Amino acid sequence: MSRRRIVFILLLSFVLFFSSNTFAVEAKRTVLPNGLILLQSRQSYLPVVHVVLLIKASAFDEPPDKAGLANLTSSLLMEGTTHRTSDQISEEIEFIGAELGASTSRDYTVVSLSVLKKHLNKGFELFSDILLNPAFSEEEIIRKKDLIKGSLKQAEDDPSFVAARAFRKAIYGEEHPYGRLVSGSAETIDRITRDDIVDFYKTFYRPNNAILAVVGDITMDETRALLKQFLGNWKSKDIPSRRSYTVRRQKEIKIIKIDRDLTQANIMLGHLSVKRSDPDYYKLQVMNYILGGGGFASRLMTKIRDDMGLAYDVHSFITSNLDIGFFRVGVQTKNPSAKEVIRVIVDEMKRMQEQSVTEQELKDAKAYLTGSFPRRIDSMAKIANFLVLTELYGLGLDYDRKYPEYINSVTREDIKQVARKYLQPQAYTLVVVGKIKETGL
Amino acid sequence: MKRPGIIVKIIVVFIALLISPARAVQVKEFSLDNGLKLLVIENHKAPIATFQVWYRVGSRDEPKGKTGISHLLEHMMFKGTKRYGPKSFSRIIQKNGGIDNAFTTRDFTMYFETLSSDRIELAMELEADRMQNLLLRPEDVKYERSVVMEERRMRYEDDPQNLLYEELLATAFKVHPYRNPVIGWMSDLASITQKDLLNHYRRYYRPDNAFIIVAGDVNAEEVYRKVKGYFGGIKPSGYGHQEIRHYNEPPQQGKKVVYLEKEAQLPYLLIAYHVPSFPEKDSVELDVLSTIVSGKSGVLYKKLVREKKIALNVFASYSGFYLDSFLFFFGGTPRPGKTVEELKEAILQEIQGLKETPPTEKQLQKARNQVEASFIMEQDSLFSLAEMVGTFELLGGWRLIDKYLEGVRKVRPQDIQRVAKKYFVDKNMTIGILIPEKKDKEE
Repeated sequence: MSRRRIVFILLLSFVLFFSSNTFAVEAKRTVLPNGLILLQSRQSYLPVVHVVLLIKASAFDEPPDKAGLANLTSSLLMEGTTHRTSDQISEEIEFIGAELGASTSRDYTVVSLSVLKKHLNKGFELFSDILLNPAFSEEEIIRKKDLIKGSLKQAEDDPSFVAARAFRKAIYGEEHPYGRLVSGSAETIDRITRDDIVDFYKTFYRPNNAILAVVGDITMDETRALLKQFLGNWKSKDIPSRRSYTVRRQKEIKIIKIDRDLTQANIMLGHLSVKRSDPDYYKLQVMNYILGGGGFASRLMTKIRDDMGLAYDVHSFITSNLDIGFFRVGVQTKNPSAKEVIRVIVDEMKRMQEQSVTEQELKDAKAYLTGSFPRRIDSMAKIANFLVLTELYGLGLDYDRKYPEYINSVTREDIKQVARKYLQPQAYTLVVVGKIKETGL
Repeated sequence: MKRPGIIVKIIVVFIALLISPARAVQVKEFSLDNGLKLLVIENHKAPIATFQVWYRVGSRDEPKGKTGISHLLEHMMFKGTKRYGPKSFSRIIQKNGGIDNAFTTRDFTMYFETLSSDRIELAMELEADRMQNLLLRPEDVKYERSVVMEERRMRYEDDPQNLLYEELLATAFKVHPYRNPVIGWMSDLASITQKDLLNHYRRYYRPDNAFIIVAGDVNAEEVYRKVKGYFGGIKPSGYGHQEIRHYNEPPQQGKKVVYLEKEAQLPYLLIAYHVPSFPEKDSVELDVLSTIVSGKSGVLYKKLVREKKIALNVFASYSGFYLDSFLFFFGGTPRPGKTVEELKEAILQEIQGLKETPPTEKQLQKARNQVEASFIMEQDSLFSLAEMVGTFELLGGWRLIDKYLEGVRKVRPQDIQRVAKKYFVDKNMTIGILIPEKKDKEE
């Protein structure tokens, strides 16, 4: 299937925009005696229940020389408990047509379950078993390490993976958890022992370090009964505070060229931006929509694809993270066009700083960002993820009602001001993966 | 982390769709005098609606030497009409808070907009306009052609696994146009002219060669009135979709093997067998077979990834949702240190097992449960719901959903064994092997 375009995600999945007062998530927030934050939303249009548990355990909480520990720990949850083998877990969960999984990203780990209402008890029992009783057997640890290392090797064939890894390393350095892969490298994975995993699990997988969303065809009473039965014995414990890292904004241009036998140059250009909690965050998102985040409405797409025919897709985004995020433009173009495309990107960054955006551009950006809200919470799974992330980033239960205000208050002057403050057309990191000789770089 | 096999993402669009009788989808059907059909699925969970226009044209319908023309035309559909200029389509949708997109397959081309339900009329107006008034300016063709060439470089030339898939199709089929890639061969792309595109547009972009699906927070009768208002005046071609030509690929006479040598870290394997598509006989059985062997508890993952540790990933993949017979795929990546031959032998051994022993009743029940659950969960996305109804409509009528579901419920263990024996034979097999050429240089 050949899609005309990259599905237009805007890379704002962490933000989930709200615009309408008539369509908001009705959710209840409760803090349980063991410290677990429960967010519950009843949606009875389908006989389905989605459970998302967010645990504040990620690369932030592992030593750099054992990078991949958080990821390895979560990926082993499915591979056996004190009651069930790995095969039994997958057999039982797949038999009821449910989905159960655990994964780690930059700021947190998520354990999730999607199940038909009629199999909820069985599904939740399995969910609690992998969460509370993981076995972490030596055999499964070896097996999982091998698979992760094999996948890392395979990923070397993906130019965007290679480029993104180099980009992160360049802007954050290897010490910062955002500067390396969540999965770690073959070398750091090999250093992880079973004791490391068990310690990590015991330290961070605690109710007072977690947020649980239960969304779907289930009442509050049913939810409470389920939690009492299956998570009643989950005990709280003091969590060590996260180490803080400092990163410096770069002062000059840094270029990384990686030579591969490819027809296209895979280009990534960008630099550090702000934390999710920064008051300038919303202004930056509006600015980014106009520059390169707004799909076919963006300046970069108009120039590079529509006017010049030099790329299938070009986009920019600003990450939303607990710690400092980054701004990045990504594009693929045939090797000989690389230089020209890079010039256009840098010129557009400068133009953002020098001239105000037009009234029309600002109006359209606001209309999209606020008007697309209902689609961001139009399924149970999206609502569950939305709830745990608004909680994690401290956005408040009334975020849905406040969001349009955050966006609509942004002015043309604000956009110019944040472009001047944060865009760095004179001091960026550029990564090019392609046939370097043909690019002339 | 890469998911097992890129191919899986490309061809398994509707891996499992199944209605439990209690959860049947309510579809309201309308027809216009010009042959345009409208299907509406009311769903009031959120104030959103999706609008899809399906044209019965895909890469199967392309003239010789013009592969990729359907997909290029799809790109051109965003390049403006007399009323709405070249860059306006997506901008108008986005500033109304919506998204729009389109895709071309071997059998059809689909355009969609997802918006607040109170703005769905905008989609009707824009789609009706470009069904009849496309600009197709030669200068836009020139730029859009280079955009598609960049797309081809990105998706195929620089992606060895996709390139192997392309090679395998060109080998497995010798007559049927399924042998050509949807995106087109590079040299064909270079030769497509504005006039070619105009002919293709005039021939296929007609109300009697299309149907519309609307799903979401709408009233069906009101949608019908409005669609009639916008599309009712468009002239039919007169051909109608009955004209769809079915091609017969002659039976394969022996095993075929194709190699691809490209820079890559690990080899990659594809094994394909010619198989029928839905609603032909055996399609549902093949579908259930693929569900049984897949998943973490399926025999392929359990044996090859976990027990024998031969594969890094492995898959079986079948979609019966093609207009003509297509292929059943097995494939995967050997673990570092293992060879593609070892992986091939191990997969063939599991295939042999399917022929020798029927699955247990429990395995079959698991497959039915999985299909039921994913069908219900899929309904949480308006887009998927509309897409599913559209797929069955394309294949012969949306009511075929029931036939499909009934078929899944009726499959017995011996049926699985029977179709394995019938189709998974050497004579009917095409193998594709990616051989890595290594020349890593990093700076």
